[in-house]
Amino acid sequence: MTNLTDLTVAEIRDGVAQGSFSAREVAEAFNAAVEAGRALNAYIVETPEKALEAADAADKARASGDLKPLSGVPIGMKDLFCTEGVQTTAASHMLEGFVPTYESTVSGRLAAAGAGVLGKLNLDQFAMGSSNETSYFGNVISPWKSADGKDLTPGGSSGGSSAAIAARLCPAATGTDTGGSIRQPAAFTGIAGIKPTYGRCSRWGVVAFASSLDQAGAMARTVRDSAIMLEVMAGFDPKDATSLDLPVPQWEAGLSSDLKGKKVGIPKEYRPDGLNAEIAALWDKGVQWLKDAGAEVVEVSLPHTQYALPTYYIIAPAEASSNLARYDGVRYGERVLPEGAGLQDMYAATRAAGFGDEVKRRILIGTYVLSAGFYDAYYTQACKVRALIARDFEQAFEQCDVLLTPTAPSSAFALGEKKADPLEMYLNDVFTVPASLAGLPAMAVPCGLDSGGLPLGLQIIGKALDEQGVLNAALALEERAGFAARPEQWW
Amino acid sequence: MGRAMTESTYRIQGATGDWEVVIGLEVHAQVVSKAKLFSGAATAFGAEPNTQVSLVDAAMPGMLPVPNRECIRQAVRTGMAINAQINKWSRFDRKNYFYADLPQGYQISQLYHPLVGEGEIEITLDEKDPDSATKTIGIERIHVEQDAGKLMHDQHPTRSYVDLNRSGVALMEIVSRPDMRSPAEAGAYLRKLRTILRYVGSCDGNMEEGSMRADVNVSVRKPGGELGTRTETKNVNSVRFVMAAIEMEANRQVDVLEAGGKIVQETRLFDPDKMETRSMRSKEDAHDYRYFPDPDLLPLELDDAFLEECRQSLPELPDAKRKRYEEGLGLSAYNAAGLTAEAETARWFEALLAEGARIQKKSEGEVAKASANWLLSELFGALNRLGKSLDESPVNPEQAAELLALVADGTISGTIAKQVFEIMLETGDAAGKIVEEKGLKQTSDTGAIEAVVAKVLADNADKVAQYKGGKEALFGFFVGQTMKAMQGKANPQVVNELLKKALG
Repeated sequence: MTNLTDLTVAEIRDGVAQGSFSAREVAEAFNAAVEAGRALNAYIVETPEKALEAADAADKARASGDLKPLSGVPIGMKDLFCTEGVQTTAASHMLEGFVPTYESTVSGRLAAAGAGVLGKLNLDQFAMGSSNETSYFGNVISPWKSADGKDLTPGGSSGGSSAAIAARLCPAATGTDTGGSIRQPAAFTGIAGIKPTYGRCSRWGVVAFASSLDQAGAMARTVRDSAIMLEVMAGFDPKDATSLDLPVPQWEAGLSSDLKGKKVGIPKEYRPDGLNAEIAALWDKGVQWLKDAGAEVVEVSLPHTQYALPTYYIIAPAEASSNLARYDGVRYGERVLPEGAGLQDMYAATRAAGFGDEVKRRILIGTYVLSAGFYDAYYTQACKVRALIARDFEQAFEQCDVLLTPTAPSSAFALGEKKADPLEMYLNDVFTVPASLAGLPAMAVPCGLDSGGLPLGLQIIGKALDEQGVLNAALALEERAGFAARPEQWW
Repeated sequence: MGRAMTESTYRIQGATGDWEVVIGLEVHAQVVSKAKLFSGAATAFGAEPNTQVSLVDAAMPGMLPVPNRECIRQAVRTGMAINAQINKWSRFDRKNYFYADLPQGYQISQLYHPLVGEGEIEITLDEKDPDSATKTIGIERIHVEQDAGKLMHDQHPTRSYVDLNRSGVALMEIVSRPDMRSPAEAGAYLRKLRTILRYVGSCDGNMEEGSMRADVNVSVRKPGGELGTRTETKNVNSVRFVMAAIEMEANRQVDVLEAGGKIVQETRLFDPDKMETRSMRSKEDAHDYRYFPDPDLLPLELDDAFLEECRQSLPELPDAKRKRYEEGLGLSAYNAAGLTAEAETARWFEALLAEGARIQKKSEGEVAKASANWLLSELFGALNRLGKSLDESPVNPEQAAELLALVADGTISGTIAKQVFEIMLETGDAAGKIVEEKGLKQTSDTGAIEAVVAKVLADNADKVAQYKGGKEALFGFFVGQTMKAMQGKANPQVVNELLKKALG
């Protein structure tokens, strides 16, 4: 019999529906995998009973002919989504032990669609990081190893999600993407991940990092699974003022890898001097694959690309510095109250103890760029550049339907390798940040391995609201790349 | 109407001569709404601590603000009531600072693009004299923002408690131009503003419950000279205290300047017990609020249909109403001013008027004068005596209209009406019933009155002689005696006629 943990979301869903196996068998298999995979440190909290509960409900639903879109599918939940009755930490000491009395809209939609939750997945603290090394609960270790046997980063911030999916500790997971936090970890671990148009998924109940950029999305091993997940996660939520009041298309039903009549843009600014040769070569292959699928390929220009990273690292920390002000030790979470301390002392002690270094760094940057005398030079200027970047995309999309770019500038690096230099770490986001600033849908697809045997991904960026176009181009890549590599199990 | 605008002559006499006071007010008015500005939590005053707090108000992780349409509507209507520009595009900004009563660590407010722009309010300098001069006070802006919670320092020996019931409640900040020049003008402005807010129904204007508070900006200068440095006295919560705070602060500034000192631009606190203002925080604590657009909220865009609905829903405003009472109903300026000073009074008066016109089958104009006089003197006198407000009146407009109709149709005299009203206040009975049961109906029976007149004249033959000798002022004496003999129930007109005839 097939190993149940090797199945995709679609295969599990269909297998449960057809009675090939029970949802409980699937949940038990994944619960066992989660337990066996603890060496990866992908989960902060395991909730096997929740997975079983949902599985039993799915088996009952099958008997009564009442199956839902994700009945029988156990998933992992990034620990940035508030989950009622289950500790939610954002991988911070600040929220260690915090148990919400409420369920985020996105996780609630998944539960309502029948999905069971295997546990809360590790991440960079408050989703700030590109390597998962900023988690208070220890870094996630990628199931992939470097040729010389080093532990690698699973990427970040959704590194628990990417590692767990690649290691078959769950078939799919939620992620959140502020500047690349779904796409870069997907690329590093050889899986797929989609960030939809800003506003597609409700932010209600998701611990905020940078409100104007944060967007939940789906991570899975295939494009189809990503579509299935996203279709359930997306939808208007009156509790989020930035939520899009639009119907959710049937993305899975709309999947088609026939790109005849479509134009694919190749932004020339994404090929800087010194671009990793293997990635450049893979990109060229991607161009060919899309041509094979019937698309016309055109070169386009996104002239403000070089300013995207600095713009992002002004806007995101600015919003974060304000969003994280609520963690003050007054109402919930960590409180440090030294003997004889006053209110200000309590704030200082609590925040000093509760936040990690990267979070503090970004709060400081954000506070600085918003402060009197610097606001116009940094924040106002960054907002203007952001508008220019969005306009770049609009103009490019007059000439094409989707863009094809690399996802990350390299394959996964070793844990600890870039920890000492935040700027080098930030460069990981260079290809993912522009789409985030413009609020556009974008997806990472695994397309090959580098000479060291590590996964490399390509990115498809689409027009606002055109998740279907993104998914279809990604599907065309996926079919032709035939990516089947998986990490050798060492845990 | 048509009163001239005059410059205030209010001056502070210093050792170096006269000083002029320049005043601007920032009024925080709590918006009347069942729910808070960005959450569905309730807003009732006086609830048990922390019983009206939503997850959003407590700033739990992942919670998001969603603007409450009703709060926006109320602020727009208020703007329209002061003839202000309504900005169809406005935006919310975050004002960042740490305090225990501010769960989010920022207040959502509107710094850069307020909902309401320039407007104005006309004040009457001496409200007791409706013919006194008026002055126009400019309004710079109205923006909406969240209120903070409340700290309680008296619940525990070493700890402070936080009540978040007010956290997130919608406030309008109404910012005036520095157009006021005396405590009296500031008082008149506040009262007029409160009247308008109550008419519009956007704020209950209740300063005791904190639903209206003022930050008072004061500076002094030599008359007509350059503006001086201002101070801001925060959170003053009554008209009287605002006036006192201005007086204390202006005098303090004059003392400082005349002693060769400089005024520091700072935030101050008014202490009503000591009747003084004092500095609240030092420069070192000066906040950098790091305002920036709230990324959780989209810009607020208002469409024409919404604005039209706001405009349609506005009631007749006090200035227009006063004018109509004078010109349309023929009331005196004094009565018109008295009836329109509070929305509640005007509502009561108009109900009385409508019912009076209906039951007397007359126009409102025909019953207006008697209704106005009765309300302002008889009803207000009685309520004053009973220590009750108009909405606690034991007599309602319908009952009052019946009483006035009985006077108008000659059933009872004005004197009897006063007695009937007293009984109504005590028993709540209808006027007609009281008149019937107590036999207070006025008589116009000429035969009966003639008999009494004849007796009065016979009993006072000496006075009749004097009257006939030219002392015509004695006529009133005969009227009084006749009415007295008839226990006030004779129709005074008939009495007059019959007396004139008998005295020939």
